[in-house]
Amino acid sequence: MTTDQIPGRGGARTEERGPRPVASRRRGPGRRMHETGVDRVFLAIVYVLLLTFLAVVLVPLLYILASSFSDPAAVSSGRVLLWPVDFTLRGYQVVLGDAQILTGFANSLFYTVGGTLISVALTVAIAYPLSRTDFPGGSVITRLVVFTMLFAGGVIPTYLVVQSLGMLDTRWALLLPQAVGVWQVIIARTYFRYSIPQELVEAAEMDGASDLRVLWSIVLPLAKPMLAVIALMYAITQWNSYFDALLYLKSDDLYPLQLILRNILILNQQGGGLGDTQALEHQQLADLLKYSLIVVSTVPVLLIYPFVARYFTKGIMIGAVKG
Amino acid sequence: MVSGVPLVPGPTAGAKGPPRPIRRQNAGWAAARRSIRRRWQLYLLVIAPLAYFAVFKYVPMVNAVIAFKEYSVVRGVWGSEWVGLEHFRAFFENPVFWTLVRNTFLLSAYFLIASFPIPIILALALNEIRQELFRRTVQLVTYAPYFISTVVVVSMTILILSPRIGLVDETIGFFGISSVDFLGDPDYFRHIYVWSDIWQTAGYSAVVYMAALAGIDPSLYEAARVDGASRLQKIIHVDLPGIMPTAVIVLILGVGNIMAIGFEKAFLFQNPLNLGQSEIIATYVYKTGLLNADFSRATAVGLFNSAINLVLLVAVNRVAKRVTGSGLW
Repeated sequence: MTTDQIPGRGGARTEERGPRPVASRRRGPGRRMHETGVDRVFLAIVYVLLLTFLAVVLVPLLYILASSFSDPAAVSSGRVLLWPVDFTLRGYQVVLGDAQILTGFANSLFYTVGGTLISVALTVAIAYPLSRTDFPGGSVITRLVVFTMLFAGGVIPTYLVVQSLGMLDTRWALLLPQAVGVWQVIIARTYFRYSIPQELVEAAEMDGASDLRVLWSIVLPLAKPMLAVIALMYAITQWNSYFDALLYLKSDDLYPLQLILRNILILNQQGGGLGDTQALEHQQLADLLKYSLIVVSTVPVLLIYPFVARYFTKGIMIGAVKG
Repeated sequence: MVSGVPLVPGPTAGAKGPPRPIRRQNAGWAAARRSIRRRWQLYLLVIAPLAYFAVFKYVPMVNAVIAFKEYSVVRGVWGSEWVGLEHFRAFFENPVFWTLVRNTFLLSAYFLIASFPIPIILALALNEIRQELFRRTVQLVTYAPYFISTVVVVSMTILILSPRIGLVDETIGFFGISSVDFLGDPDYFRHIYVWSDIWQTAGYSAVVYMAALAGIDPSLYEAARVDGASRLQKIIHVDLPGIMPTAVIVLILGVGNIMAIGFEKAFLFQNPLNLGQSEIIATYVYKTGLLNADFSRATAVGLFNSAINLVLLVAVNRVAKRVTGSGLW
């Protein structure tokens, strides 16, 4: 019992070792090195480098945003750079009035919410027993799970399974075949093993709580940050995926947004709302539609991102502590 | 309380137990049965996820035997006739074989080499900045493209590079260079693929190194300061050795994935004009397998790819373990 506790606590401590020294290094009195001339030049180079990084990432984003608000003629004649020219909302009117795009949005929302719930439930269900040192057979199961990361049957053999289960062209095909990520199982298992105080679990068992009761009432409430991390990972993957839909779906009323985006943006299949305009104007409007569509489909994710970024960072760190 | 009476009735409490010799014989089984009875709820939890791995991961591995068969829809995986290595032989003799292997390998190798140092440079540079606001801004912005979907990143790239309306075309036009059809010229495919990916993931990948840098023992910095190290010397002698184990792991994983280069993106960037360099094993599998319904041959090609991948991963892991003492397993 006590021997179990020691590695458990040690683990928790190593994990916290991450952020702490940085804070002390930044705020502590030792921080104020006296800077030599060489150092100042070096620091200036660092700033220039980072500003370059910043610009390289930002300019394309701003260009797309500016173009989406500009007159199509101005965009195609190259007058738009980072600020809208001849402001218009026509692209957005078309995008938001398109039934196909709206269906795609609704479908993606469904797949993301439903898929994330299924994925998190299954991940917890396997990660918790595997995190217990007193779970016989755990190491065999862990090996079986990790092996699927190294070797896979392939696209066609998986397709045959989905087909034989009768899931082709149903919503299940997007929810189940990719439901559990091995990486997420490892993150969850590590967290359960090293970050949940073992004393609490033992106390609950002493009081007669069953394993399921301990998981539900003690472990899960304590694991909320980790649950948020893996839920986000699953949600982002689900929201962004298009390949499974391409493989398994035929009816376009089941298509997720990304597949519809691919059809319009990359294969140039127009959305419904464009009507019959003159060829050139049609082409220009189609381009404008693309810019607006990119903005509309990306902004929701980018708006949420600053609020969830720190969870993501935490997730990477949890994953990096021990694989 | 009388001594000798257990406070908590254990599983064996009360039971006399079978005579010793038998017990020793079946000790393993008895222990297993006892622990299963005690831990049944844990086993219950594991059933559904295990079923998932069995059905969606292990059954496909078994299904992969169709690579050695002539798959017939009517007769199913087991009823189909064995043809041995016929499909592999046909693939190796196909003139497209070397093009596919070359394209896959070159794309991955280029990707690996180009995408490895940039997150490290970004993390080291961010680590030098003490001005919180600037540092946080750069981090937040460079991290953001990771959240943009592959489809959107590819379409943004296509729009920006397009000779008709593109931003890049305007820019190089300003310097007097005539317009280039980046996506129609196969020679540009690899650069576009690799650099758009770096644009999307460098900020995200840097986080791992930031975490490693944060874990470096502060006393090492103190020591470096006492010795009068400059910022650059401190990076070379403290930061770089500090992130080395992380970098090794990232590199191993990268090499292990060298043949598994992303299908999704290559497929999106493909067009009839750039197929000469953009057709990789994964896209070929999709096309022969699902579009031409040649299940057996596509599976053979995919299996060949996975096998190379596995061999590479095992080999690199062994080398890394010998050289640095740390590997994946």
